[in-house]
Amino acid sequence: MTAVQTATDTILEVNDLKTYIFTRAATVKAVDGISFNLRKGETLGIVGESGCGKTMTALSLLRLVPKPAGRIVEGEIVLNGEDILQKSEDEMRDVRGRQISMILQDPQTSLNPVFTIGNQLREALGIAHRENKSSMLSRAVDALRKVNVAAPERRLDDYPHQMSGGMKQRVVGAIAMSCEPGVIIADEPTTALDVTIQLQYLRLLKEIQAETGLAIIFITHDFGVVARMCDRVAVMYAGRIIEQGDVRDIFSRPAHPYTQALINSVPKLEQSVDRLYSIDGQPPLLSNLPEGCRFAPRCPYVSDQCYEAYPQSYTLNEGHYADCWALDADWQGTPIEEFVPPTGTAG
Amino acid sequence: MQAYILRRVAQGILAIFVISTITFALARVSGDPLNVLLPEEASEEQIELIKAEWGLDKPLHMQYFQYLGKLFRGDLGEAMAWPNSTATELIIERLPNTIKLSALALVVSGVIAFPVGVLVAIKKDTPFDYGGKLFAILGQSAPTFAVGLILMWIFAVQLNFFPTSGSGGVEYMILPAVALGYYNVAALMRLTRSSMLEVLDTEYVKLARIKGVAEWKVIWKHCFRNALIVPLTYFGLIGAVLITGSVVIETVFAWPGLGALVIDAILFRDYVVVQAVVLLFAAAFVIINIMVDVLYAYIDPRIRYT
Repeated sequence: MTAVQTATDTILEVNDLKTYIFTRAATVKAVDGISFNLRKGETLGIVGESGCGKTMTALSLLRLVPKPAGRIVEGEIVLNGEDILQKSEDEMRDVRGRQISMILQDPQTSLNPVFTIGNQLREALGIAHRENKSSMLSRAVDALRKVNVAAPERRLDDYPHQMSGGMKQRVVGAIAMSCEPGVIIADEPTTALDVTIQLQYLRLLKEIQAETGLAIIFITHDFGVVARMCDRVAVMYAGRIIEQGDVRDIFSRPAHPYTQALINSVPKLEQSVDRLYSIDGQPPLLSNLPEGCRFAPRCPYVSDQCYEAYPQSYTLNEGHYADCWALDADWQGTPIEEFVPPTGTAG
Repeated sequence: MQAYILRRVAQGILAIFVISTITFALARVSGDPLNVLLPEEASEEQIELIKAEWGLDKPLHMQYFQYLGKLFRGDLGEAMAWPNSTATELIIERLPNTIKLSALALVVSGVIAFPVGVLVAIKKDTPFDYGGKLFAILGQSAPTFAVGLILMWIFAVQLNFFPTSGSGGVEYMILPAVALGYYNVAALMRLTRSSMLEVLDTEYVKLARIKGVAEWKVIWKHCFRNALIVPLTYFGLIGAVLITGSVVIETVFAWPGLGALVIDAILFRDYVVVQAVVLLFAAAFVIINIMVDVLYAYIDPRIRYT
């Protein structure tokens, strides 16, 4: 792939993004200098424990960080060639929904209880299309049909409380995609759904992506879902991306001890174990981050160097980077053991 | 929806019936009505005569049935302390005044409280919000008669915009309505603010913003209707309380409403009028509550279907 192609192919580029939340007591560095890019039609998984800054990253991309406490303090978000951080609030409204959109975690609460599905869908459609009532109606029916809602004509007059969780999440998907955005962020869209419905929903997202060439940022803590859905993965820890790369690379040769631990903590059906693998300790408080590597206190390979400065980023493969001192040629500490991929891949 | 309304109306009728029984009982235990009807030096004969005339010689349960029977025919009884007038006449004479004043007060409080409540919620933790808080605290803590007197002094005495007191056209109603409304503005505004803040934090508001809805529409379409439920309950209560007449404000502004009538009736031990007015108040509460419930169902479809 030549450089020119890469440039035109990229739909979203995030450079050194920092989103802090300023509370009276402390500054919470929810997102602390992350960079990644997203190509058209690609799915990027953002993986990490709860509270590592995944959702705040998503909200930053839409510039919907909770105000007034939260603020994007630094960085660039280049969407379709334009830095959206330079845009006014008015201009942002044209970006949201039309260029980038988001599916929220909990379908039970993401639809407005006092308006019908049809009303909320037409409102979303109306942002990109101003047409007469009947053609808006047929657009709404089409939108529901696209997300496999049965008998969409009759569903339009339903209120959210009359639908099942899975159905609601489809409607949320339809709303998010109603203005045909190039990028959609799915923030753990299936955690609130039944396991069987989860699979259906993921499959549906994949189908829509294949049809429309949508780029998806898939936020999850579930490596199983990553394996099923994503082309590339970014692993977040305490507000930073500590490793990113092709999904196969990450699964077969995870470089960062944290990524290795995460993959090891996915339970395998084929193995019977007494205790599931878990990582000792807690992630650091985002309001009180250590100087050096943020994973150091929990890391089995830690050495003094890790506490002194945040590690550099090392390239392991094309597009596969990890921030860990142990990857340095001059590393004096315990070398990272060869990663043994768990038998039977997850998911 | 129709079943829902019918059910609420049936419950309301039952409530009014229970209240009529309780007021009947209370009126009997609170003192002897003969004291009002007769001078102290009345003879045995006169007492018997009056007792027969008012049906007081019959056993209590008979009196009760008689009372209920009349009630069904819409007859609230003869007033005891007001010669030659029925309780119904007395109420009809006063009720329109009270309704006019309370309706205006209600409008005043609603028109100010809802928009301001929404605005201070959006402008949370800004000088605007603090100003609203101060305004609210003043209204809540200043007694209505003080507010009434201050308003009267500024706008009637000094500026001569309105008459000081009495009844007549709209100009007589504005000051008492504002005084009455202001007290309620405060509470209503605080309720609207807190319930708006709650709604502003919900996922569906986030989704509305994500899909690119204009901010004013997010506020007034997506938030306001959801945030209305709690303050609406209170709004209904205010309406009911206002209808029962504000004795204090009616006195300050010499406004001939129901509040003054109740006080007189109680002083004169005119249990017929007391019963009638209390029943009216109960009915007002019940009717307004039904109206509020129907409004809920209109606002929130989840209520409609349960």
